[in-house]
Order: sequence, then C-alpha cells, then structure tokens
Amino acid sequence: MATEFKLPDLGEGVKAAEVSKVLVKPGEVVVVDQNLLEVETDKAATDVPSSVAGTVVEVRVKPGDSVPVGGVLLLIDESTAGAASASGSAAAPPVAATAAAAPEPLAPVATPAARPAPGAAGDPVFAAPSVRKFAREIGVDIKQVVGSGPGGRISSDDVKAFARSHPATAAAGEHRAAPAGELPDFTRWGAVERQRLSNVRRVTAQAMARSWATVPHVTIFDRADITDLEALRNKVKGKAEKLGAKLTITAMMLKLAAGALKVHPTLNASLDLAHNEVVLKRYVHVGVAADTDRGLVVPVVRDVDQKSMLQIAVELGELAAKARAGKLTPDEMQGGSFTVTNLGGLGVGHFTPIVNSPEVAILGLGRATQEPVWVAGGWQPRLLLPLSLSFDHRLVDGADGARFLRWIVEAIEEPLMLVLEG
Amino acid sequence: MADSKRLVVLGSGPGGYAAAFAAADHGLQVTLISDDEHPGGVCLYRGCIPSKALLHVAKLLHEAKMARAWGIDFGTPRIDLDGLRAWKDSVVAKLTGGLGQLAKARRVTYVRGRGKLLDAQHVQVELTAGGQEVLEFDVAILATGSQPLLPGAFPQHPRVMDSTAALTLPDIPERLLVVGGGYIGLELSTAYAALGSHVTVVEAGQEIARGADRDLVDVLAKRLYAICDEILLDTKVLAMQADERGVTVQLAGLDLAEPERRFDKALVAIGRRPNSQGLGLEQTAVELDPQGFVVVDAQRRTAEPSLYAIGDLAGQPMLAHKARFEARVAVAAILGEPSEYDPAAIPAVVFTDPELAWCGLTETEAATRGRDIKVTRFPWAASGRAATIGREDGLTKIIVDTHNERVLGVGIAGPGAGELIAEAVLAVEMGARADDLTMSIHAHPTLSETVMESAEMFAGQSAHFLQRQR
Repeated sequence: MATEFKLPDLGEGVKAAEVSKVLVKPGEVVVVDQNLLEVETDKAATDVPSSVAGTVVEVRVKPGDSVPVGGVLLLIDESTAGAASASGSAAAPPVAATAAAAPEPLAPVATPAARPAPGAAGDPVFAAPSVRKFAREIGVDIKQVVGSGPGGRISSDDVKAFARSHPATAAAGEHRAAPAGELPDFTRWGAVERQRLSNVRRVTAQAMARSWATVPHVTIFDRADITDLEALRNKVKGKAEKLGAKLTITAMMLKLAAGALKVHPTLNASLDLAHNEVVLKRYVHVGVAADTDRGLVVPVVRDVDQKSMLQIAVELGELAAKARAGKLTPDEMQGGSFTVTNLGGLGVGHFTPIVNSPEVAILGLGRATQEPVWVAGGWQPRLLLPLSLSFDHRLVDGADGARFLRWIVEAIEEPLMLVLEG
Repeated sequence: MADSKRLVVLGSGPGGYAAAFAAADHGLQVTLISDDEHPGGVCLYRGCIPSKALLHVAKLLHEAKMARAWGIDFGTPRIDLDGLRAWKDSVVAKLTGGLGQLAKARRVTYVRGRGKLLDAQHVQVELTAGGQEVLEFDVAILATGSQPLLPGAFPQHPRVMDSTAALTLPDIPERLLVVGGGYIGLELSTAYAALGSHVTVVEAGQEIARGADRDLVDVLAKRLYAICDEILLDTKVLAMQADERGVTVQLAGLDLAEPERRFDKALVAIGRRPNSQGLGLEQTAVELDPQGFVVVDAQRRTAEPSLYAIGDLAGQPMLAHKARFEARVAVAAILGEPSEYDPAAIPAVVFTDPELAWCGLTETEAATRGRDIKVTRFPWAASGRAATIGREDGLTKIIVDTHNERVLGVGIAGPGAGELIAEAVLAVEMGARADDLTMSIHAHPTLSETVMESAEMFAGQSAHFLQRQR
C-alpha cells in the first residue's frame, strides 16, 4: 500500500515551499533519511529527507511547484522496503531516538540536515590527523595530495613533496584568513617584506569583505552648493572655538544627515533576513570614519538628531583626538546606524564608499571646489561639495537613495528644511 | 598583540569547560559562565555520568543473576534506593567539584548565572546569586548545549519525566513507559528494568537504536526483549494523561491489542534540541539553521567573527566527545593556529548491556551511498575471552574499502564495546588498512582480539572462525 509522503514542517512560520529539485524517480527504492527533494522556503533552501523506506510509486510535484506544509509530494510503497533499505541516518552517527509520539502536537523533531558527504569517493582524507594538521600548517590542501603509502595513504613526506612541487599553494598558514586565491611567489620578481597584519587591519579586512560580498551596493553622486554654509561656518567659527568646538564641514554634515535620516527611516535601519524583518532604529547614532596611524576606526556620535551642530563639533573633536591616541573604547565604536566618511581633506572628489554593514547606507564627502554656476541669469562662483551615497539595495531602492541625497542637498541650500522636517 | 585576549565561554559542559581550560592554559583571560554550582554541564550533572553510574549498577545486578549458572548464588538483591541515589550523587559531586578546583587552579573566572549577548562584544549575566553583570570580551565561545525535547502535548506532571528527571531517580516505578527507542530511552530502560521496573518501550520508527547497523542492534534487541515487558515498534503515542496515581496513554500501532495502557510513570526520550534561544543571538550576525543549530565554519566560527559555537549547539552529532574536540579546534583557531574540524570517525556508544559502539562508515551508510566495500563479521561465540565472561552473544564487524583496503568503519556489540571502539577510532583516523590491524599484536585473551580477527577475515580466514566458502 502506498503512503502519501507530505511536505514536513520546515520550521517556525514556514507555511509553504517551492520545489527546486526532485531527487528521485518512480520505481526508485529509497531509505529513511534519504533526501527526496530540494525545496526553497522564503527563509532558506533545504533538503527534504524521507521519513519512510520503500519504492517511489508516483512523484506528484515538479520543480517550480509551490506546496503547502502537509501537501502530498510523493507516493511511496513501504511494503517493498527490503533489507537493503534498513534505515539509518545518512551521515550522523548518533542514535537519535526516532521521534516517537503522536500526530501533530507531538510532532517529531526533524532530523538535522546531514552534513554533506565528504568529497570524491566520500571518504575522509586518507591521512593521519597529525599529517592533516601539518598540511594545514604549511598551507597545503591535503585533498590534492596523492599518497605514496600502501593503498594510497598520505604521509607527511607526501605533503612535503607536494609543497615543493606546488610552491604557490603552500602559503604560510597564518595568512589563510586573507580572501582565498593563491598568491604567487612574489620573490621570483624581487625582494619582498612581510609584515604582520594589525588587529585593526584584520577587522577592517573581514568587515569590508563581508559587506562587499553580502551587500548589493549602489552608489549615487550629487553636489551640494555649500557657499552659504561655508560662509556661516566662517562667521561662527571663532565663537565655536571659544566653546571648545572645531566647527568642520563634517560636523555640520552629520547634523544634516541626521535630519535626512529622520525623514527617510529606511536608511537608518538594518535588514534581518533571518526573520524577514526590517529593523528601524529609533535613534540616530552616526559613525565617522577616522584615518589613524593604526588604520581605519569609526567612532560613533550618539543621538546626533538631538544635538546642535556645536555640540556635535565638540564631541567629534574629542572622539577624533581619542582615535588618534588609540584610546577609543569598544563602546565608542559600536551602535552606529549610519556612517559618514570624508576624503575631502585628501583632495578626492566623488568616490564609492563601502556600506558599514549591518548599517544600510554611508555618505561620502569629497573636496569642495569653487565652480561657476548659472544663478539668476549670470555666472557666479559657488562652492560645490561632492556627495557620494552608497546604500544596500536589498533594503533601499535607487529612488529612496536619491530622495535622501536630494534632501541633504536641499537642506544645505535651504537650511530651514532642517527645522521644518528634520 | 601581546596583551591577552579576553575570552568568555557560555556553558560549562564538556565543550565549554574544555575550551575554557585550554584557553587559560594558553594565557587567555577566561570567564566561564554557567548556572550550575561547578562546571560539568548536562553531561556531568544530568546526563552521561549519572546514567553511567546507574548502568554500572544494572550490569552488576545482571551479572549477579547470571552467576547462578556459574555456581554462585548471591540470593535476591535488596535495593536501597536512597543509598544508590546518594552514591550516584556523590560521583557527580566529586567530578564536578574536581572541575571547579581545576578551573580555580587555572585562574578561570567561574561566574554562576545565565549569559545573554548584548552584541558581539558584550554579554549580560543574570547572576544566580541575584543581580546582573555586563562583561566585555574579545572572543566568546558559545557552548550552551541542548535540552530534552518535551513537546507540549505530553502533560507536565511529576509522573511524566524527561531524562533529567529520570536520572534523579525519584523512585522505582512498578510499570514504566519509555517513549523513544533511541540511545537515551534504551539506556534508561536498561537501568530501570534492572532496578525492577516493568518497562514498555514505544518507538515510532521501525527500529530501535537508529543509526547503528541492524546486525549490531539485533544483538542488543535480543537482550532488551528479555528484560523489557514489551518493545512496540511503529507505534505512536496519540495522547497521554497523568493523574495522582499514574499515566494513561493511547497508542496507535499495527495489530495493537490494547491501545489504551496504564503505567505508573512515563519517560519521554524522543530527542534533544539545541539551546539557541534566549542567548541574545538576534543581537549579533550569528545564523541558525532550520533546526535551531548555530551555523559554524570549519573553525567553529559563527557568522560573527568574535563568536564561536561548539557542542550540541553547533550541530549533530550531539555527543560530549564531539564537543570536546570542537573546543580544541575553536581555541586553536582563536590562538591563530590553523585548526579544522575534520574528524574521520566520531565514536557513537550506546551504554546498554550489551553495549553498542561504532565509528566511521556504517554498512547502512555504505549501502545508501552505493559504496564499494567488504564487511567482515567476527562473532564473539568464537572468542575465548567472551566465553570466560559468559557473553558469547557479541559481534565485531569491520568495513573495509575493497580497493585500497583501508578500514572505513568498525561496529561492535557486546560488553565493553564502548572501550573497544577506541582502537577502531584510531585505526580509521590514522588511515589504517586491514592488515595494519592484523599485524598489530593484540593481547590474549581479550575482547580486543575480535577486532584483529575480523581484520584477518578480510584477507582470508581468522584463526578462530571459519567462514563458509562461497
């Protein structure tokens, strides 16, 4: 008698799945835990293992079908489950208690996904643990080594011989954290010097690689006329200094960005794909990228929206001093919801900053230049500030980004915007 | 770089304490957080250790009974439950207390409480003594383990126990229902049956001890059928009610004479789930798989570079010794050493009587994968040592690659299998071939010879068991 094999419960909140692949055919004998289908839910792609043993009688679904939890996928004739199909989990050694128990409420625990069967013939590497460790230490991928021992067993001599004949692959184990890809032997072309990566450099490398690999970046450019803003800055600069604040364009832009974030909350957010949620932050903490001897650090100014430009300027000055002295606490570098980076001091115009994930946007400031602008029927020298906004296109669409950047440009030219909306 | 990293370890089971100790030995500043009085976790307090103490007693009782056939009569044993419980508790206290001492000697700061991550650098601890503490760390290892699965449909009642409750040994029920024929259910069935309970095992699947090869399980099954009232396969618990005087269950299974049964107590051992909730993981980039396990890479690093996860929390198999190995891998990775989780053989042991133990490839897996292998089986009836202990029911089998003659897996059923499997693990990890085992001298007369003899059978015949020629 054929049993209906149904789509099992795939986890909290999952009501349906789309079939991406059917792994069995009618007439095929299957065993318990053998993967029958690959499906995709809106949370993840996953395998569906069989809960019974027998012969597949009929496949009721095809790739592309959407099936509700509990929907029939296949018919399996259990009476044909022979000795050969005596079950056993495909890869996990433990004797899991088959979830005994009852209908729905006492639903069985899904057997955790079996680890993928090891490579080639599926067997573990034919080498002792100490030899495997040695290979890791000298950066040799032991799976590529051919063993010279009885039956093809790999000895440490085999690993050494491999390393000698493949110098490029044997990189120092320490540097394996660097993005994969084998480095050539640079000494073939001249002398090199190797320096240890600093902690800051390592963290930056990891964070940037992660963001670059996971965040679909879009960068848009604009220019803001900061002639009036600069005039204001020069006028109050002296006054600010008496209060201990160095009023910089960065400090002023922080305030303007905070205003824009209040009006465009999706840029002040994070994406929680694991839960299908957007995390909208009710605070505006802005990180400011700082170039120090030790490398890039990003201290965070808290509650920028609630502070005056002068207050922001004072804090930014203090944080910058701490950053240069290497005195920032981890606390002062966490919790940012948006980042501003200014390369203007180094003469750069537009550029494409990388989003400081899990934030979703970063604003880059370039060097302001005097340019002729057609104003009210005549050319006027105006000071133009290049702005570059990179954002995570998973959450922020091009138009959202454009509106955000436009808001900043207009707020600079029309400072009352900040009071009106921000 | 010279200043020592601050490591926080959440959870102090065999994974957590091993990681904390190893890290402290390498000069890290280690804080170990757990809500028990001492390190040890489920394994020492509520799992491996207390259950093995009880199973030792079960074995003793069984052998005392067997001794009549050997000309010795001990009479009927009297069981002093309080005395037994006190002894079991003293074993646990001694071992966990010892771990506490070792932690102190290594200057590991032991904090009693429950930790919850605030972000990838801070953990907030609800102290057992009251109050809170926030700790900052450079790296943390999450080793919070797992807990018995007790779905809501099973009544919450003192008469319905999970494995933790059963191991406290509150009493010896006259009639005990064990739901789940996995290793936990079978071990506790063995212990309670030896102490005098009439045990009924209900398993929803078609077999007990899933994961082990059938020929090994058959050896165990023979004895389980003798000591249990009933083992009901392919049977589900439809409903369970508990009252002051007992537990009533409705069962559904093929040809079941009485679907409604009454027991004094029930033990539910249908699996365990990882403790990944309530850890504050949502404050970090850590990812979970659909079963709730933390997703880790070969170094046991999570998606958050400062957080590692090991043990039951980090995936199957949920075994203490696998956690301990992962602890070593994670600590080495934190120290910047090239470490990797790449075991060729993780031993699995069911501590019933007889014990089941296996490692590496099983015959069942080989069949599923269509792997070309040769299996040899050495029955203990041909072992001199087995005869001298009156246990000729055992079996040792090895699974060998037909082409390169490498030992891919070993399975053993019989008393002491859990100890015997150690040689097999070494053989598989070292990439031993069948003739490496035959050419290593095994002491006589021991049960370990069965491993050598089954390897001999690969090339031809073993000395003590003549196979029929095909």
